[in-house]
Amino acid sequence: MTGKETTMTLIEGHAPLTPDASIPVLDVDPYDETVLADPFSWYAALREAGPVAFIPRYNVLAVGRYEETRQTFSDHENFVSSRGIGFNDFKLEKPWRPPSIILEADPPDHTKTRRVMSKALSPKVVRTLMDDFRAAAEEVVDALLERSEVEGVVEIAEAFPTRVFPRAVGMRDVNPRHLVDYGAIVFNAVGPDNALRRAAMARAPEVAAWINAACARDRLTDDGLGALVYGAADEGEITPDEAAMLVRSFLSAGVDTTVTGIGNALWCFSQNPDQWEALKADPSLARPAFEEVLRITSPVHTFLRTANLDTEIAGHPVPESAKVLCVLGAANMDPEKWGDPEAFRIDRRPVGHMAFGAGIHGCVGQNIARGELEALLSVMAEKVDRIEPAGPARWRPNNAIRALDRLPLKLIPN
Amino acid sequence: MVKVTYRQPDGSEQTLEGKPGDSVMQLAIGAGVPGIVAECGGSMACATCHVYVDDAWTGKTDTRSESEEDMLDCAMAEMKDSSRLSCQLRLTEALDGLVVHIPEEQF
Repeated sequence: MTGKETTMTLIEGHAPLTPDASIPVLDVDPYDETVLADPFSWYAALREAGPVAFIPRYNVLAVGRYEETRQTFSDHENFVSSRGIGFNDFKLEKPWRPPSIILEADPPDHTKTRRVMSKALSPKVVRTLMDDFRAAAEEVVDALLERSEVEGVVEIAEAFPTRVFPRAVGMRDVNPRHLVDYGAIVFNAVGPDNALRRAAMARAPEVAAWINAACARDRLTDDGLGALVYGAADEGEITPDEAAMLVRSFLSAGVDTTVTGIGNALWCFSQNPDQWEALKADPSLARPAFEEVLRITSPVHTFLRTANLDTEIAGHPVPESAKVLCVLGAANMDPEKWGDPEAFRIDRRPVGHMAFGAGIHGCVGQNIARGELEALLSVMAEKVDRIEPAGPARWRPNNAIRALDRLPLKLIPN
Repeated sequence: MVKVTYRQPDGSEQTLEGKPGDSVMQLAIGAGVPGIVAECGGSMACATCHVYVDDAWTGKTDTRSESEEDMLDCAMAEMKDSSRLSCQLRLTEALDGLVVHIPEEQF
């Protein structure tokens, strides 16, 4: 590090940026809690501003049109992840936890860890988990069908993944609250230094300590996904410490995300009864329906990248160390790409949506997420005639994930 | 334009025309070819666009990258020497007439 860098005054943990004069300025606060709860006009404003915009409040660039978002997000050579996928530049400021060796890493380090995780989460492995996913979905749904009203977030969206996922990983210690909250903490940490991030950081020591302890080899069974990762350490592909870090990645990225995906799916269907009818009529649409839920609700709404050298976006110069907000939620609602983005159509088959990211950092757990959702949605399509709102849904503001806080529902059985 | 024929496990087939630079996956998705699922959209993260390149085209396509092989090894249907992720197989003039076989299952 040079003397200049050590004395530099950082803005939101990154180097100050003077944007090129050709880049439009968008004076908005995407992290205002009302915007986080209802981000669609911010998404539209960002796409409208241009292929790339400058957000003065956080001193960052932002992309939200489909093509530029996909391009920037997946260009791992110019826009790296190792300098953090939030506002902090790990080159200039110490991260709050040891960086993820897959999410916050670049090739060639990333290539090695990604391979281990791809194998542990492959379609073949997920296939072996499907019976358990279906059985658990039946248990969760059957228990609710006798009730007049259910709270969709706690009783379905959280109940299902916290039952099946720790079992899939092979965890001996299960604390559903810590599992869900750890993900929310990690995602809030991606944001600027606001109230959400500070509240997350206040809870982080307790929850992270529990998570780290639960990732130890002796706290895992020898037949789960965790054992597959430790097996890669036995083979010499990674070190035992790296194996523990990758098991931690299962827990940061694999619970709260799926909880959010399920909650958002139930919300979509409760708002679009004709689409529930369509799913009941053809339960094989469960998988494509989940893709459409992901496209239209974008559970992970925003991750950042860092320019690792002087580069450009859509012809506009971007200097080294610039942070770029990649607004996945905006790309997923770009009318140029999707035609009628606001319509929730379970037969759309939105191949290329950005909800799982794209490129070498595309979500490595997407196959297991699809397996969980396929199991739950197909069981519900068999047993539930109608899903109706039983009161207003409430969104829970988070700096990187758009999740429901409350979802009162009536499930009317067949 | 480059012609690609997609042959299903039951022997039925569909021939499409794409432009150089497109992937065999993109062309199939645009026309709704059954069995090319491509859930991850071309990020080599799902292995659901697996195809077998017809024997007549052996050696004429480009070679698989190491990450593509890793992912093929994760696919539901057996990985063979002719296996490709169709998202990684780009159309070129030289591939005009390419035939690919779709496996029994993708996920």
